[in-house]
Amino acid sequence: MDVKETLLPGVGLRYEFSNSDGDRISVIADRKGDFEVFLCTTPADPDKARRLFRLTDREAEALAQILGAPRIVESYADLTKEIPGLDAGQVEVGDHSPYAGHPLGDAKARTRTGASIVAIVRDEQVLASPGPAEVLQAHDVLVVIGTADGIAAVRHLIDQG
Amino acid sequence: MAISAPLLFELGAILVILTVLGSAARRFGLSPIPLYLLTGLFLGTGGVAPVPAATDFVATGASIGVVLLLLTLGLEFSIGEFSESLRRHLPSAGVDLVLNSIPGAIAGWLLGLDVVGIVAMAGITYISSSGVIARLLGDLDRLGNRETPAVLSVLVLEDFAMAAYLPVLTVLASGGTLVQAAVWTAVALGALGLAFLVSLRWGDHVGRALGHREDEQLLLRILGLTLIVAAVAEHLHASAAVGAFLVGLTLTGATADRARTVLTPLRDLFAAVFFVAIGLAVDPVDLLPMLPFALGLAAVTAVTKIISGAYAARREGAARRGQLRAGTALIARGEFSLVIIGLATASVGGTLGAVATPYVFILAIVGPVLARFAK
Repeated sequence: MDVKETLLPGVGLRYEFSNSDGDRISVIADRKGDFEVFLCTTPADPDKARRLFRLTDREAEALAQILGAPRIVESYADLTKEIPGLDAGQVEVGDHSPYAGHPLGDAKARTRTGASIVAIVRDEQVLASPGPAEVLQAHDVLVVIGTADGIAAVRHLIDQG
Repeated sequence: MAISAPLLFELGAILVILTVLGSAARRFGLSPIPLYLLTGLFLGTGGVAPVPAATDFVATGASIGVVLLLLTLGLEFSIGEFSESLRRHLPSAGVDLVLNSIPGAIAGWLLGLDVVGIVAMAGITYISSSGVIARLLGDLDRLGNRETPAVLSVLVLEDFAMAAYLPVLTVLASGGTLVQAAVWTAVALGALGLAFLVSLRWGDHVGRALGHREDEQLLLRILGLTLIVAAVAEHLHASAAVGAFLVGLTLTGATADRARTVLTPLRDLFAAVFFVAIGLAVDPVDLLPMLPFALGLAAVTAVTKIISGAYAARREGAARRGQLRAGTALIARGEFSLVIIGLATASVGGTLGAVATPYVFILAIVGPVLARFAK
């Protein structure tokens, strides 16, 4: 599924995609943080979009939780903007990772890199604040907070041990 | 300190009239700008009720209005939006420029205006009103349409074209030669590039230097800096408007957002004063014989905007109806054209204002109406 991102100068970003029914759905993320959702259904006028509804930042968060999309990284990204030097990143546990099938504590990520793994995103589920006994699986996405170097080090660590 | 009752009363009365007319316009989904012009027309020399006490304030307020309009415009845009628009829509902007400035230039020549007048008329017919159109797209719920990015990008590129155009006009209007105008345009473009670079590389530092927890201090800093830069730019004949625009461009991120919030009410007030000032400068007696010409020019340039807008939308992949929507949306002229009138009238004389003001008035009304009908 192809999500097309278009810039609307002075307004924000527009994301659009077609669903399996052939409806063209677009979401405008405006600069203030609100979202507007549009639907194009009129075949006679394929360029015209009907505005379905508007969501504030919090409402969008609620909807996203319901729909299962992990927005946790974005929330952290907002947090890290306030603190210079602090970054948020995602590290995927690949099939070949030496830590797939092993507990999180085995990686000793914080001791070795200084960065903290604050959540694991598995399929549509978010496991916040995982303990060292939590077993990592292949295709898990780890949410990492730390310096840019620390996050890169975690990536390297998870990838190669 | 002596408080002048006549000044307060006249100013208050002007603002009350503006809001009565403005609210009525908004009720019908129209832009209030034409009515602000009309207010200025009916007051002042040759009008129904002259406002001698308020004239000084209106004249001063008008200059500040221009600075604030351009400052907030610069705050709106970022280098990312500009380069993205440039990348995808440059041909559309080119077509827009050629199709829409030429009728104005011809009109200026037909009216017997000098070079300044012709250049001014070309700019007046070229630039669509970003303020009116952005608002219109929101009101008409068209932000989700396929043709909308093309419309918005064309507006962005037009606004940046103004940054190159205004120094040319300012130099010519103050009696400079075309060579000098070219030099100062190059300087302005260089300053534009520098502003981009600064905002890209050191945007955070600039933001921190200018930013302040308190809105009051933020307001004083940004406004003070902008007025000084605008003054320097004006002194160097690069146009105060461009100076203000550059300051707005340089600010990014959270500081820009806060600056926008803090400055918007001031901008609204002084921009309204500016529009009244334009109307005040025009004598209704001069205006009436020019009306047919203004109408004809409006008709021609409405058609050229539809063509150039439709072309821009077609490049985005919109079908016939989307192209028509895009074209009609771009018809409205407004604040920038009025800024050009304001800058050029001193040098060109009353004819420019007498033709161009009703021209802008007509299109500021007709544009949104036609856009509404092109569903």
